[in-house]
Amino acid sequence: MSTQFSFHGGVHPPENKRQSTGGPIQIAPIPEQLSVPLSQHIGAPSDVVVAVGDRVLKGQVIAEAVGRISVNVHAPSSGVVEAIEARPVPHSSGMTAPSIVIRTDGEDEWVEHSGLEDFRAIPKQELIDFIRHHGISGMGGAGFPTDVKLHLGDDHIVNTLILNAMECEPYITADDMLLREHAEQVVKGIEVIAHLLQPHHVMIGIEDNKPQAIRALELATEQSKLNLDIVVVPTVYPSGGEKQLIKLLTGVEVPSGHIPADVGIVCQNVGTASAIYDAVYNGIPLISRIVTLTGDALGHPHNMRALIGTPLQTLLQSAQLREKDLYRLVIGGPMMGFTVDSQSIPLIKTTNCVIAATYNEMPPAPPANPCIRCGMCEQVCPAELLPQQLHWFAKGKEFEKAKHHNLFDCIECGACSYVCPSNIPLVQYYRFAKAEIRNEEAEQRKADHARQRFEARQARLEQEKLEKELRRKQRAEEAAKAQAVKKDKAVQNSEKAESSGEPDLKSLKTASAVARTKLKKAQKALQLAEDKGVGDIDKLRQTVTELEAKERAAQEAYDQAQSAPAEQPVVDIQQLKTNAAVARTKLKQAEKALAKAKESGEGDLEALRAKLAEQKAKTEAAQAAYDQAESGGAPQADVNAVNLDELKASMETALGKVDKAQKALDAAVASGSPAVEKMKAGVEKLQGKYKEAKAEYENAQSAPASAPVMSAETLAELKADMEAIQGKVEKAQKALDAAVSSGSPAVEKMKAGVEKLQGKYKEAKAEYENAQSAPASAPVVSAETLAELKSDMEAMQGKVEKAQKALDAATASGSPAADKMKAGVEKLQGKYNELKQAFLEAGGQLPAAQPDAAPVDPKTLKQTVSIVRTKLKKAQAALDGAADDVELQTEVQRLTQAHEVAKKALDTYESEQNDKAAAEGIDLKQLKIDAAMARAAVTKAERALSKAREAEQDDLPEIEQQLLAAQLEAENLNQTLSRFTD
Amino acid sequence: MALIRTSSPHLHKASSTSDVMRLVVMATLPGLAAMTFFFGWGTLINVVWACLLAVGFEATIIKIRKRPLGFYLKDYSAVVTALLLGLALPPFVPWWVTLVGVFVAIVVAKHLYGGLGQNPFNPAMVAYALLLVSFPVQMTSWTAPFVLNGEGDSWNILGFVDTFKLIFGSLDSAIVDTYTGATPLDAMRHRGGLTTEEVWSSVPVLADGIGAWHAVSAAYFMGGVFLIYRKVFTIHTPAAMLITLAVTSTLFYLVDPYNYADPFFHLTAGATMLGAFFIATDPVTSATSNKGKVVFGIGIGLLIYIIRGWGGYPDAVAFAVLLMNLAAPFIDQYTQPRSYGHAKAKRGLKGEV
Amino acid sequence: MDIILIAVIALLGLALVFGLLLGFASVRFRVEGNPLVDQIDGILPQTQCGQCGYPGCRPYAEAISEGDAINKCPPGGQSTVEALADLLDVEAIPLEGGVEEEPVKKVAYIREDECIGCTKCIQACPVDAILGAAKQMHTVIESECTGCDLCVEPCPVDCIDMLPIETTLNTWKWDMPKPGVDLIVTDLRGELKQGDAA
Repeated sequence: MSTQFSFHGGVHPPENKRQSTGGPIQIAPIPEQLSVPLSQHIGAPSDVVVAVGDRVLKGQVIAEAVGRISVNVHAPSSGVVEAIEARPVPHSSGMTAPSIVIRTDGEDEWVEHSGLEDFRAIPKQELIDFIRHHGISGMGGAGFPTDVKLHLGDDHIVNTLILNAMECEPYITADDMLLREHAEQVVKGIEVIAHLLQPHHVMIGIEDNKPQAIRALELATEQSKLNLDIVVVPTVYPSGGEKQLIKLLTGVEVPSGHIPADVGIVCQNVGTASAIYDAVYNGIPLISRIVTLTGDALGHPHNMRALIGTPLQTLLQSAQLREKDLYRLVIGGPMMGFTVDSQSIPLIKTTNCVIAATYNEMPPAPPANPCIRCGMCEQVCPAELLPQQLHWFAKGKEFEKAKHHNLFDCIECGACSYVCPSNIPLVQYYRFAKAEIRNEEAEQRKADHARQRFEARQARLEQEKLEKELRRKQRAEEAAKAQAVKKDKAVQNSEKAESSGEPDLKSLKTASAVARTKLKKAQKALQLAEDKGVGDIDKLRQTVTELEAKERAAQEAYDQAQSAPAEQPVVDIQQLKTNAAVARTKLKQAEKALAKAKESGEGDLEALRAKLAEQKAKTEAAQAAYDQAESGGAPQADVNAVNLDELKASMETALGKVDKAQKALDAAVASGSPAVEKMKAGVEKLQGKYKEAKAEYENAQSAPASAPVMSAETLAELKADMEAIQGKVEKAQKALDAAVSSGSPAVEKMKAGVEKLQGKYKEAKAEYENAQSAPASAPVVSAETLAELKSDMEAMQGKVEKAQKALDAATASGSPAADKMKAGVEKLQGKYNELKQAFLEAGGQLPAAQPDAAPVDPKTLKQTVSIVRTKLKKAQAALDGAADDVELQTEVQRLTQAHEVAKKALDTYESEQNDKAAAEGIDLKQLKIDAAMARAAVTKAERALSKAREAEQDDLPEIEQQLLAAQLEAENLNQTLSRFTD
Repeated sequence: MALIRTSSPHLHKASSTSDVMRLVVMATLPGLAAMTFFFGWGTLINVVWACLLAVGFEATIIKIRKRPLGFYLKDYSAVVTALLLGLALPPFVPWWVTLVGVFVAIVVAKHLYGGLGQNPFNPAMVAYALLLVSFPVQMTSWTAPFVLNGEGDSWNILGFVDTFKLIFGSLDSAIVDTYTGATPLDAMRHRGGLTTEEVWSSVPVLADGIGAWHAVSAAYFMGGVFLIYRKVFTIHTPAAMLITLAVTSTLFYLVDPYNYADPFFHLTAGATMLGAFFIATDPVTSATSNKGKVVFGIGIGLLIYIIRGWGGYPDAVAFAVLLMNLAAPFIDQYTQPRSYGHAKAKRGLKGEV
Repeated sequence: MDIILIAVIALLGLALVFGLLLGFASVRFRVEGNPLVDQIDGILPQTQCGQCGYPGCRPYAEAISEGDAINKCPPGGQSTVEALADLLDVEAIPLEGGVEEEPVKKVAYIREDECIGCTKCIQACPVDAILGAAKQMHTVIESECTGCDLCVEPCPVDCIDMLPIETTLNTWKWDMPKPGVDLIVTDLRGELKQGDAA
């Protein structure tokens, strides 16, 4: 049967096949070391199943197939696994790949193996698996796992099985020699394939330049029952290309992007058929292959059956390589093979030929001339492409156009390059273009993927933000609700307390703390001034005095407010409970102290008792308040009244005691008793107690009157605070604007700062307004009262002076009444002070309080310090560079000073801050923690509340209460904290 | 010696661009000989002069472009261009006309476009067309074949030295007049109301001198066939062009034999054969695929006939080729071959905005 | 007078007709979204690295469609600039900052011994390619990493490296052949000698 069809193009390079067909196939020696790559086939690399140091036998599986497209790898000879590592592999890149290195022992000891008795007797799937397990992959070209192709019968109708014996590439004679010597094995292998695929027609395609092989085949197929034809075709390269072969033998074209099985055709190499025969009949896995060793640099070119993994060096030496003539080492044919740059590269399953070429045989390509579009490439292209156009597109990187011109139908046969008169490496251009396009596509896929992920992430973040916003809103609502509840309560309370017009306990506390701080500051300033003897000491002293008064007033107001149950407008049940408990504890303590005193018979039993009684009363009051609050009911006024009565009683008791004690003391003094001193102390103590009790009583009584005054005081404070904050806000805003316009990176931070300040300002303002609008906040102190007060005060001053003088005189004369007089003077002085204070409180404007030092902005301070420091450093560095520069030196000195000043200011501020905190006995850190805990408690309570609401639980009110309490505490703490943290 | 790593294939056919060019040069030799035989030494002198100029210009411009001189001069492309221009010019054209022509061909039409392989227009034809429109007098005064000069069949041509002197401008033009005459195409074009038959019998260049043109055409044809045999180019372009010209002229001739010349005249007169085998087949400027080449050839054939019949110039090869050069990229877009495994050939050019 | 009136009326009529036509067309053939932005976005490498000054590739695509420069994408390299120039029919300009022409593709790699599990890189990653939890070691999913660099900065212990993607046997590719003839003389001397000897 002769050729009926032909394919387009093709070339006929010098065959160069005779050199290697001179002798029979020889068995290659077993090398000392075999390097078996894990990936000798297309598909996933096999998985190593041996370890370094293992002894392996010939034919033993050393790596197993992974996945669908993969095959086993076997040990080509017996020996010890020396290494499993990356070794050079036959690849155009010259790179390395994981390989199993076996040191052979030369015994070539086989693992137990056997072929199949009758391959027709077992299920096809088992037979295919058998072939797969024997590591058989295509031996002609790319090394596609054979078993995959043998499955094609499952989902394709295979009409024609084509055996490729073309060997169209020059030089290669491996298949030729195989057919000459083992044609019957090949035919038996074909029978196995045919059994699996059940084709109607089997064709063996062979070129007419192998007459001996054709004859051997004809002989071997005489007895075959297969519908088998040997098709002899003229020698044209690349007739052995799968698609070209199919076109040549059947006239059918494999559609682009499809496999031959889609048109009912399966191609197998004759070498593969022989390997299948070995596996099926003898159980020999694919551990060796026939390879053509040829090229002008070899003294004895011939074919060899060599073990997989044998280094090329071993093979070339056995073919008498003339090392000095070797110029190019090609694996595969001269048209499609690739060069390697090392002889240590091993033989693998697809290595059909090794060409050791000399310089003259395969000279380097001369530099390429420009393409003159002569069209010779187009005439020889077996894929009917326009190679010169593709070349232009590849060169210009116009990959879209190249794709449009069917670049991917190029089989890289090299015919175009072969004929190109301009010596253009066309195939390399196509390979480059293909790789670039694949790369671009992969990148495009990756980019799309990345975009998807990015967008998904964006969506997720958006969602989270929304949810957060929602939660925040919910929280705000709840907070607002709670606020409303609180306000209601506050309104109720303030309504109740309207008559007393008591100020907010909290604000009082704050005011007192502020006053204290200011006082401290002033004191310190005074001290400083005094130490240094500079500044207006008098003025400072005055300020201190005033501040002292103020502070006292504030403290008193606060104490009053605190001690007056009626003045606890926002204290909830829990607070009351706590109060009650505290009172109880105190009571117990007092009781204990009393008992102790009784036992020892010492101390002032009376006083203790009185204290105890007082405490008892307090406890009762607290308990009552708590009970009342809990029962939701009795007006606070009652508590107030009760308390008043209590106070009065305790005061009277104390007075009586004092009188008694005084009398006893007098008697003792008169009798010259040695206990006088002691008694004196006791009397004084009692007197103090009495005073306390009295003051308490008076305060309680006069609370309604004094509170407004305090309120006014607080108001002023608040206003000052507010203004200070406003100033800060403005400053910060200005700084922010400057930063924005200068594009400073700190803008974000500054903005946040400004916002914070603004928030604070608003808070302060609100507080101020609240205070202002509070009922009876403005004290109506008439000028008359003021004048009266003043005159009283002056009169008192005169009395004090007089008394003082008398005392002085008495002391000087050694009068025994001196002590008494002293006491009198002190009393007078106290009165004077009281009057003065009353006057001050009423008038306020008499000695205008020294304005506080401008509010210190710690941030600014810090910035200043760091700026100055940086400048200083720079200047110093400059100075180091130019040590003699006087100007620089002065500059440095100036900066050093500036730095010190700034640092000092900062330090002062910081120590002040610490002092402030310490002054209140508050551990800042602890405070912070407490505040955070309180906040957490609020959140927790909120959550519990919302949960409870959802679940419609019965304990809702309870939880709400808890929430309120938590909120309150958190607020308290936060406020305290905010005083210190800014 | 370190082993080299290169891309396949590792074999290369022993042919190069210079081989191709040398073959072309060889193929023009019969035509050159025929021209010299029938029209005197002028053509030979022109060709040599043009070649010298071309190599000079090429070398200069390569130097200016800082490219390796020997490498580029070795490809003979400049020589081929000059040769074709020299063959196309009238034999007695003054030296400076050739100089301008070669300058335009090598410097303007070739190197300004990027050198060999980049030029969209056939350099020789660009030069020819430019000369034709710039120096119509010099370009249209053709030499009469020797049979018309003097008496009988003797080989009566202007002597070599005289021709040399004529071309380089030191010969009295009065002597020359006896050797000049119209070309057959001129005669046919400016026949002044005569029928073709009357022209054939009355105008000497047609009545007696046409044989010279036939001979020259035959020589070019032989060269062309040789090149096709050596696979320097395919038969597609010349065949399509000649067949189209023949078919068109036959049609017109059959319809009105009195007004239209016969197809054989069209095929053999003027530069038809030179154009068909040496100009239109210039691979750089022609269409790429075989199908494209056919279209390209048909276009040239048609345009030649149209311009000869109704255009302003007697011959039309240069204009026809240039016009089709313009169309070549377009033709390429629509004449891609059907690749293996594809049911249909692709059209157009993707990726073009 | 009549003529002027007629002319005016005619012009007004025409204006009316065309106005209606244009109005109709703008409604009828309205294009949803901006297809150009999609096209530009398709060309950008989607590393979402923000080196262009926009928060992600799409915002930059939008900016380009509104006239921003096309040369602000270092990860895309010159090829992206050229593709954009092609699409927008503008001049291809060199990459801003004159960085390397074709940037080496990189992926982030976390030195896992040094990772403290702060999750900062996770928050920075625009494509969620980093895996980990607080106080747990993090790792980069190499196949998802776009090599945008954004995770390097936030790492408090500097344990993230940007490593170039290594070429494997599967990703190795042939280079474009050197265009021998286009080299200038000095570059070509060596090769020429070889060629001459052949």
